[in-house]
Amino acid sequence: MNPAFLVRRGIVYVLLSVAAFLSVFPFYWMIVGATNKSADIVIGKPTPGLNLFANIATFFSTVDVPRVFFNSTLIAVLGTVLTLAVSSLAGYAFEMFRSRFREHIFAFMLLLLSIPFSALMVPLFVMIASAHITNTFLAVILPSIASIFIIFYFRQATKAFPSELRDAARVDGLKEWQIFLYIYMPVMRSTYAAATIIVFLANWNNYLWPLIVLSTPENKTVTLVVSALTSAYTPDYGMILFGTVLATLPTLIIFFVLQRQFVEGLTGSVK
Amino acid sequence: MAQTQTEGAVAPRWRFAAPSHLGRGERISGWLFIAPALILLGIFMIYPIIWSLWMSVQVGKGMNFSFGGWANIIRLTKDPVFLRALSNTCIFFVVQVPIMIFLALVFANALNDNTLRFRALFRTAIFLPCVTSLIAYSTLFKSMFATDGVVNKGLQLLHIISDPIPWLQDPFWAKVLIIIAITWRWTGYNMVFYLAALQNIDRSIYEAARIDVVPAWARFTNITIPMLKPVILFTTIISTIGTLQLFDEVYNLTNGTGGPSDSTLTIALYIYNLTFKFMPSFGYSATVSWVIVVIVGILSAIQFFIARDRRPSA
Repeated sequence: MNPAFLVRRGIVYVLLSVAAFLSVFPFYWMIVGATNKSADIVIGKPTPGLNLFANIATFFSTVDVPRVFFNSTLIAVLGTVLTLAVSSLAGYAFEMFRSRFREHIFAFMLLLLSIPFSALMVPLFVMIASAHITNTFLAVILPSIASIFIIFYFRQATKAFPSELRDAARVDGLKEWQIFLYIYMPVMRSTYAAATIIVFLANWNNYLWPLIVLSTPENKTVTLVVSALTSAYTPDYGMILFGTVLATLPTLIIFFVLQRQFVEGLTGSVK
Repeated sequence: MAQTQTEGAVAPRWRFAAPSHLGRGERISGWLFIAPALILLGIFMIYPIIWSLWMSVQVGKGMNFSFGGWANIIRLTKDPVFLRALSNTCIFFVVQVPIMIFLALVFANALNDNTLRFRALFRTAIFLPCVTSLIAYSTLFKSMFATDGVVNKGLQLLHIISDPIPWLQDPFWAKVLIIIAITWRWTGYNMVFYLAALQNIDRSIYEAARIDVVPAWARFTNITIPMLKPVILFTTIISTIGTLQLFDEVYNLTNGTGGPSDSTLTIALYIYNLTFKFMPSFGYSATVSWVIVVIVGILSAIQFFIARDRRPSA
């Protein structure tokens, strides 16, 4: 081992340790904060306190927790199921039944990917308002069901789907929709797993669109409620940080259980 | 060289060649399978795009509008709040994206070393911020960066600053806070892309460079960066779109104001305010939103051009 190598190694370890510390510290802060009084959090007390149960009590009395979690879960689950169904079907078909015209449509769709949501939100809102479905979960879910990104993701993945399987199924007399349902979906379950994570997280964490569409308290989602708590004149940070722990918990669990698919899923993902 | 160049690329490739012999059943299935997606995209994407293009030449408040021609574009150039939002967004973009991409590259490069210990631990830790929702982490940062909060306390303890920094009250520091927050959230995300791409680079190139005693820094700039060019381009464009649409973080850190005194107001937040906070002027907010589309288009073209221009002759 030459000294120059050791010095370089040392620098790398220090650098990565600092980065890891800075990345993880806010999580520590969030959990510790949930056990502290708001007054202690604002003056930067970095050690656990005794206020956890008081924070839980305040949070549960301020927020209709079961309701809000039910809303978030319903939106995320429904949104995920519908998005996967519609978008995987389209991704499969774009790859399996290629025709020149459909290739043009596909290329055009990829162009649309670069159009930011903020350009669409005004007309979308006016549409939703004129259809009289504002303040419904349907309005939250509908615009994102046909996801160009997920269609693209499934098309790329379908390239790895063995065409012999499809041919064999045809010889056995299966119809095209049966091939998709009984052969393709089971074979591609890891692709579905990764896509589920991407779409579920996007739905669970979605903020701007639900903020615009959902107006009454009984329809709000977890992200909307936690966000609203912080804009109080004197926010109760102990309770709020407990709320962020609750809001982050589902995604943290998904992350640690499905870490591999999670990272693979994200690397194929768009912000 | 040209051969390995393409191996480092993970940029999506797809084929547009179309086989001509599809049976009748296949042709019908082809349309039926994509029909739900196409119908939904038509309603919730194409129609809003056309609507918004048409709206962007309308003037008026609420649902009373009339054709205004260039009026909205002229109003843009004279609207101080819009110009403020535009310049803020550009500052966030110009400062934040390069810092983040650079950090992500450095971390990915360091973690790509098989002899390094605790690699998985470091990788997981740096990636962890991506798990949080935009709202959760904005809320966290708001409490951490309070004037007497833990960050100022820590910096004072390390004798980096003597007086607490007014993160949320000072126009300059508010911008810095937003940049720190986004960088925290997205660096690990970009790093994962680079790590994935680095795995595809042929190890023998590095071995050859090491035998030729190429220093580590030169290996990084002359081998790693050029090899990762397609991924860097991809992540830069994605980050560009993300930064230009910046909304959640600013809205939450500043209680929806974009303050202090509009110093963190972004274009997306301004569009939101124009539409949902003030008396709605749909036409004008549509025009503002097309500014984002145009900027994304121009920046993507520039980034493609730079990436293409510097490619070593193969």
